[in-house]
Amino acid sequence: METLFAVLIGILFAGSIYLLLSRKLVRILLGIAILGNAVNLLIFTAGRLTRDVPPIIPEQSYFPLEATANPLPQALVLTAIVISFSFLTFFLVLGYRTYQELGTDDLLEMRVAEPKKHSEPPQGY
Amino acid sequence: MAVTETTVDTAAAMVTAAVPLADWLLVAPVLLTMAGGAIAIIFRKKSFVQPLIAITTISLVILSNIGLLNHVLTNGVVTMVMGSWLPPFGIAFTADPLGALLALTASVATLCVAIFAMNSIAEDERRYGFYPFLLMLLCGVTGAFLTGDIFNLYVWFEVLLISSFGMQILGNEKVQIDGAVKYAVLNLIATSLFLATTGLLYGLVGTLNMADIVSKVKALDNSGPVLAIASLYFLAFAMKAAAFPVNFWLPASYHTPRLVVAAIFAGLLTKVGVYALLRVMVLLMPEGRDWLASLIGLVAIATMLTGSLGALAQTDIRRLMGYLVIAGIGAMLAGIAVGNEVAISGAIFYAMHSVLIMTALYLLVAFMFQMSGTFSLREIGGLYIRTPLGAAIGLILLLAVAGLPPFTGFWAKLLLVAGALEADRGWVAAGVLVSGLLTTIAVGRLWIFAFWRGGNEHTMDGIQALPIAGSSDASEISWTIWLPLLALTALILVIGVMPEALMSISDLGARTLLDPTDYIGSVFGGIR
Repeated sequence: METLFAVLIGILFAGSIYLLLSRKLVRILLGIAILGNAVNLLIFTAGRLTRDVPPIIPEQSYFPLEATANPLPQALVLTAIVISFSFLTFFLVLGYRTYQELGTDDLLEMRVAEPKKHSEPPQGY
Repeated sequence: MAVTETTVDTAAAMVTAAVPLADWLLVAPVLLTMAGGAIAIIFRKKSFVQPLIAITTISLVILSNIGLLNHVLTNGVVTMVMGSWLPPFGIAFTADPLGALLALTASVATLCVAIFAMNSIAEDERRYGFYPFLLMLLCGVTGAFLTGDIFNLYVWFEVLLISSFGMQILGNEKVQIDGAVKYAVLNLIATSLFLATTGLLYGLVGTLNMADIVSKVKALDNSGPVLAIASLYFLAFAMKAAAFPVNFWLPASYHTPRLVVAAIFAGLLTKVGVYALLRVMVLLMPEGRDWLASLIGLVAIATMLTGSLGALAQTDIRRLMGYLVIAGIGAMLAGIAVGNEVAISGAIFYAMHSVLIMTALYLLVAFMFQMSGTFSLREIGGLYIRTPLGAAIGLILLLAVAGLPPFTGFWAKLLLVAGALEADRGWVAAGVLVSGLLTTIAVGRLWIFAFWRGGNEHTMDGIQALPIAGSSDASEISWTIWLPLLALTALILVIGVMPEALMSISDLGARTLLDPTDYIGSVFGGIR
């Protein structure tokens, strides 16, 4: 089961890195979305997969009676999902504003902050 | 195994005694900044009370951080657990000398920036939440310095990251959006890598508590996975710290936001990356550090040279400062690469120095811009005649960042070079010295062009040109610029002349990192 998930995570990472290497901002944003999911799945798998045994302690007992699914990765993933979701929202707005302001979604043409033509540093001393 | 009406002894899993009052200092900085940020958001539209809220909060944070550092120095490493769950179950906050010292330095730098922002951030931009962002940024940075849980460290990284995004785009100009795209995307990728690596580490050792990780990693039979995880952490944090070759987001973005924003970014953000490297490489995985030492050394030298050569090649003063940040990161990495007590102490001292000096230098840039109306090294000039005090401050700060005595940078570099020579890594020491020389040339040129030269680049030596339009007189410079600038310069002078006290703290911090007995003891044994 873990092996299968490892392969799946690998595919997701490969896809996201491929998109992140693109010149177009929208593709990069899609890459970020996939990257977040790949990382979440990785954390989930790292906590070992257990099927059908929810981490619930039966009544009148103080600890689980048999090995249960690990609840901690679920808490971690939940935190990470919230964070990556809010970041993605910010990035979508940023991407849209970038297209509005700069008139391009091509990273090679985004040269406002670092113009191609800049004056040489002064000579002397 | 059904248990009936017996009461369960929770002492094995929970803290039963009340938390000592002094230990609350550990969470006070985070609580205060979070509360201050929330209050500042409530008064978002009342732009005149916002600075008052922020400055009061940050002053309280400084006091509490002084108390915390004192507590740590007298009682050793302090731990407090959230929700009373004993480690490794609950999230632990653990302050060692390194974390407490950096938290205090960060809050001092933030106070200077908060005062400076009173006049430099326009009223409408204040309404878009400059002060809440500033407080939440400090919250994230302090939380990162004080947490003892690696996943919690990731959460603090995200807190400071989202606040920094908000500050980066304040002003809504084309350059800022352009800079923000590069800054935000690359930082988010680095943080995602950090999170993925943390997931792998959890899969390997089954715990997230740092003290627990230290002992679990030591007990592993096969070191292969640890080395892989250490390499991934190195890449993730090097990207956050802007080390070569993953540094290109920094010069692309740090000159675009408001100068006061750039000041706090340059002071705090990259240092959090270096702090995380110190924590992960030296404390958690010393084996990984030993294995990567030569690579870290090469990266350190490349980073220092990129920074100092890049600084030499700039026309825009703001971009020059960005490269100086990178040069400093290289010096701290050199300390991690050498890895003995003296060098780690040097890296810690350098981190503290870098927080103060980089904040001060960006404030100096803002001062120079007010005086001259330009950021271009070709246009600027004639500042010495118009403000001798400003020229003196500029000289002190620029010599301090280059690492010349008797200022703070010198002692940090002295420790780094001494440590490198002690560990027979002369090439790292040579890198630190060569980069120091190049930085001295770069900042010397900056001072000569801006202050010494009579006017713009066509001015003959010895002639005073007329001031450029848009510049102002020294008497028009507001106290909100003078006060933080003078305070930081005075701090750098005083620490530079009397470095012993802080050096003993950084020595102690290095010892605690290299020999984690105190750290582990505080987390697992010290809880009453």
